Amino acid sequence: MATDPVPAVELRGLVKQFGGHEVLVSIDLAVMPGETVCIVGPSGSGKSTLLRCINWLERPDRGSVFLHGVRVGYRRSDGGNVLMSDPELAMLRTRVGMVFQHFNLWPHMTALGNVIESPIHVLGRPRGEAVAEGERLLEKVGLADKRDVYPAFLSGGQMQRVAIARALAMRPEVLLFDEATSALDPELVGEVLAVMKDLAREGRTMIVVTHEMKFAREAASRVVFLDNGRIVEIAPAEVFFEKPASERARQFLERYR
Amino acid sequence: MTLRLDVIWKEWLQFALGLGNTVWLCAVSMLLSLLLGVLFVVPLMSRRRAVRAVARTAVDSGRCIPFLLLTYLVYYALPSLGLSLDKWTAALITLVIYNTAYMAEILRSAWVHLPPGQTEAGRAFGYTGIRLFRRIILPQVLIAVGPVVGNQLIQLIKDSAFLSIITLPELTYAANSVQSFYFVPFESFLVATLLYWGLCGGVEYLVQRGERLAAMVRRGHGH
Ligand SMILES: Nc1ncnc2c1ncn2[C@@H]1O[C@H](COP(=O)(O)OP(=O)(O)OP(=O)(O)O)[C@@H](O)[C@H]1O
Ligand SMILES: [Mg+2]
Repeated sequence: MATDPVPAVELRGLVKQFGGHEVLVSIDLAVMPGETVCIVGPSGSGKSTLLRCINWLERPDRGSVFLHGVRVGYRRSDGGNVLMSDPELAMLRTRVGMVFQHFNLWPHMTALGNVIESPIHVLGRPRGEAVAEGERLLEKVGLADKRDVYPAFLSGGQMQRVAIARALAMRPEVLLFDEATSALDPELVGEVLAVMKDLAREGRTMIVVTHEMKFAREAASRVVFLDNGRIVEIAPAEVFFEKPASERARQFLERYR
Repeated sequence: MTLRLDVIWKEWLQFALGLGNTVWLCAVSMLLSLLLGVLFVVPLMSRRRAVRAVARTAVDSGRCIPFLLLTYLVYYALPSLGLSLDKWTAALITLVIYNTAYMAEILRSAWVHLPPGQTEAGRAFGYTGIRLFRRIILPQVLIAVGPVVGNQLIQLIKDSAFLSIITLPELTYAANSVQSFYFVPFESFLVATLLYWGLCGGVEYLVQRGERLAAMVRRGHGH
């Protein structure tokens, strides 16, 4: 039976302002399960804010966010929609994995400690199970031997791969990457992109903010071009890179030639 | 002039007991203060302005009273309110009140200066409220404050000398009673000074170990 598939992530009329300035103007976007969507655009166009609105790290001013059809931030109650409490919102956030530009590993925990921390203490998984899965994930990102090493003794690329394993350990429905390679020395970018490409190939649902156009071209099913808080263009990767529809996107891409 | 070290040697037990009292009073009150400081820093960082204001007033009141005066208040003034404390309890309470105020402020400052990314990652991974504090924020704060707490402990050890005013037999009191009994002020105070230096040297060693740990965590922040 063919049913309309439900988007993994759906944004409807999303608006976010900071001090009266509209950083996101009115964003509509649906990301289907298994898709890798790359978000590109000039600095300050609102890419990070868009990602942070998905798990409500930043609370949107208007519009709505849905995760597999479940509204984020509001709960239906007899009167209508009421704002979620902090713990409810926190539980919802566990369904979204996030990878940050500066890794944001917890420095007081080992690599494995970082990976199993939230599965044990937030999701309540048994420790043995979390450790076994954590070890498997560290192996997947090529860091099985760094299991007991603290972040201070890892390179940037290794830290970011631990951060990816940490996100995967939550078994998230969608993975968000915010410029995951921008803080890395050029020679370390490749190892992280390789892991991300693997994930895309496995059919993970991913939303990836990036300045790596080569990665976007190879891994993205679709590319979103954001400019001044608006989605100027959404297109399949090969279309976006070969024949961008808008003048703004053409100018933007010029800079990467 | 000949140094009368024989007198000091004869009275070594007094010095040893004095040193012992200084050490345990400062160690115990530091631990208690750290614990209370952790409880105080939560309202100090509260999102609610009124809660913050109350906590801030309490902390500043503790911080901005001279230690000697606080000792007088606790030991001599409280009895007139009907609350008499023996000198040991009074000493411990004075040390804890005074030091907690500093600890709370030290912890707050370290919290404020944590890079925001780790806390944000905590939120993104489902942490909130007390669990976010306990698992993510507090461990980083405690590691970061290690060296500052060590310096504060040195301050506390020196301030604790004021407790001799309520005849509490800590190191300065011991030195003073030996010198006044045998009329050997130079020898007696010199020995006390050396013992304080040794004590602070030990703390300083721990501070350096703590600094290494703190540096490791700073590197692990990833910037
Ligand atoms: N917390 C905030 N308070 C005020 N303004 C903010 C805040 N966060 C972002 N902004 C502003 O919103 C705009 C969009 O920021 P955002 O970080 O989303 O852009 P970006 O596309 O991720 O840029 P970059 O490529 O530089 O990371 C910028 O003008 C920024 O200054
Ligand atoms: Mg950004």
